[in-house]
Amino acid sequence: MERVPLEKKVLSENDRLAAGLRSRFREHGILCLNFISSPGAGKTTLLEQTLARLPRGDRVAVLTGDVQTDNDARRLARFGFPVKQITTGGACHLDARMVERALSDWRLEGFDLLFIENVGNLVCPASYDLGEAAKIVVLSVTEGDDKPLKYPAIFFRAELLILSKIDLLPHVPFSMAAARENARRVHPEIEILEVSATAATGMDAWVGWLDARRRQVQPAAEAPVASRARSVP
Amino acid sequence: MHELSIANSILEAVRAEAARRPGVRVAKVGVRVGELSGVEPDALSFSFEALVRGSDLEPLALEVETCPRRQRCCECGCLFRVVDFNLVCPDCGSTESRCVSGDELEMVYLEIEEPQAAPAPGTGLRGAA
Repeated sequence: MERVPLEKKVLSENDRLAAGLRSRFREHGILCLNFISSPGAGKTTLLEQTLARLPRGDRVAVLTGDVQTDNDARRLARFGFPVKQITTGGACHLDARMVERALSDWRLEGFDLLFIENVGNLVCPASYDLGEAAKIVVLSVTEGDDKPLKYPAIFFRAELLILSKIDLLPHVPFSMAAARENARRVHPEIEILEVSATAATGMDAWVGWLDARRRQVQPAAEAPVASRARSVP
Repeated sequence: MHELSIANSILEAVRAEAARRPGVRVAKVGVRVGELSGVEPDALSFSFEALVRGSDLEPLALEVETCPRRQRCCECGCLFRVVDFNLVCPDCGSTESRCVSGDELEMVYLEIEEPQAAPAPGTGLRGAA
């Protein structure tokens, strides 16, 4: 019996495809963001309210992943931007191959912002690189404020934590301070925003974060979004 | 429960490595799983065994080495293991440190049997009796 050393990532094939996607996004000046949360934390509602604030004709596209149904794609398509549903048919996460396939008939030069809404799951999507510039984890106040300690992998990898549904804080035993502290115990540098998409609280800060990141991707382009953002009635 | 697709990725990689070494049989694969990797070692072993059973790779064994999170202190440079998410440097008390390990999900080694290795006397008849 001989032992052969083999330093190789288990998901090296996914990582290879993700690296290819990342370099295409960079080439086309696209900011790609991967949204991850447990089911029902409010990713789709946050994206709806975000799309509602973007100017018509903005170069934005959305991929949304679910195990079954195209309900989310239909919700998100109402805002006039290209939206495509990825139905995983059982898989609990999106992987780079699914994203590559979903993008195959889109012309990437038409976009400079791509939202990917992952399958609702706080565990599995953390392992799969989709070529995104940043993972964003959404944690709603109707969940436990100890979620970062229970599911550290995603909080460790996410650049931004969005604490969602904060309009419900008076009705739930959720400590904002504990949630922040727990997230920072796992990932001291994580950025944190507090948002209620339905009550439009904190949306300006979130859209500001988004605009700042878009400007980083396209330093030479004309200032894209903030100045043109249309108000939502 | 993505351990099933993780286990499948390991098997695909083992097949690819075996294809590069004609005639050898892979007996065992060693993987390293960090505690921040989001992969549960028991679920991975369970999925791995389920996929190997009855496959061309049977009886392939899996050894999982789990890796704790380690940080390097930005002040004094010492390396420390993180227990219960405590990121304070045990040597100097600094709270500034960088993660250096704990998110691994890697294949570390293969144990292979060379084709030349003649079977031990008598083993060739095993199962014929």
